[in-house]
Amino acid sequence: MHEYSLVLSLLEHVAAQAAAHPGASVRRVEVRIGEQAGVVVEQFATAFELARRDTVAAEAELVLERVPARWACPGCAREIPSGDRLACPDCGDPAHLVAGDELYLMRLELEVT
Amino acid sequence: MCDTCGCGDHDLVPIEIHQSLLAQNDRIAGHNREHFTEHGVLALNIMGSPGSGKTALLEATARSPLGGRRILAVSGDLATDHDAQRLSAAGIESRAITTGTACHLDAKLVHEALHQMEWWRADLLFIENVGNLVCPAIYDLGQAANVVVLSVTEGEDKPLKYPVMFRKADLVVVSKIDLLPHLPHVSCSRLHDALARTMPAPRVLEVSAVTGQGIEEWIAWLEAARARLSAPSRAGHHQPHSHGRE
Repeated sequence: MHEYSLVLSLLEHVAAQAAAHPGASVRRVEVRIGEQAGVVVEQFATAFELARRDTVAAEAELVLERVPARWACPGCAREIPSGDRLACPDCGDPAHLVAGDELYLMRLELEVT
Repeated sequence: MCDTCGCGDHDLVPIEIHQSLLAQNDRIAGHNREHFTEHGVLALNIMGSPGSGKTALLEATARSPLGGRRILAVSGDLATDHDAQRLSAAGIESRAITTGTACHLDAKLVHEALHQMEWWRADLLFIENVGNLVCPAIYDLGQAANVVVLSVTEGEDKPLKYPVMFRKADLVVVSKIDLLPHLPHVSCSRLHDALARTMPAPRVLEVSAVTGQGIEEWIAWLEAARARLSAPSRAGHHQPHSHGRE
């Protein structure tokens, strides 16, 4: 379950950002996860519940934005539905993954007292 | 406190970030890749299920004419150094990376293992990953290419079930092809169709480490991959160096 090590990396980034605001607590953590990122969203959320304890994000809400995979021909830009053979029916070019491999910490909200 | 209206609410400070959760791994992987390129070492990340035949493929490589090249390996498992011992017995100088509970290798584990070997003398470095079709896929190790070993006994739909692993593969080695006569329900055409739906430019070799079938094509693929490495400068030794914030 590599989701746990990804969450630890997430919490390191969060702590580094929060450190610039002494006394602040993290209210919201927004993460973008693509369908082809190789991450099980439910396991990521469970790992976050466990790992956030005793961190600056202990009270934070985790908001996960899921991005569907989108494939297209790099030559003619024709969209190729997921599950189809990944070559352009017109040009024969190998399809390109346009979206869906994202794995990003996007945004935080800190509460400053 | 809210200074605007005096409502008593705490201030919320939004911070826009857009930071990859794999950034640190990718930085160390880039460092590994720089070293491999500088010294003309072809590094390959060998992935696949437990028991798919990763180690057997490397043993067959050592027995082939390519065995004349200097081949090194690092081999990841949760426990034991059995694979590294098998590879050493086959003539491939090897180090075990025992990951404990970790289900994949990462760039830092590989980098630490490399510090124990004269890797820069190698023509070819096999990084044999932990047997797993899920977690290893997303961790860049600094390799030149990903090779996924898939045995014919695993089922033709494995690529559809584990699409990320196969999307990232530069080459799929279909292994244990000598068992096909005993597997009447296994269809290689269904397997190739599943690969075409998960890999944009599928490159597939059918291999048996037992009979040697397909090993010649595998060696040709390795030699072509070596030839694609940018002009290596093999003079001098690998210098001790620091790694910034690692």
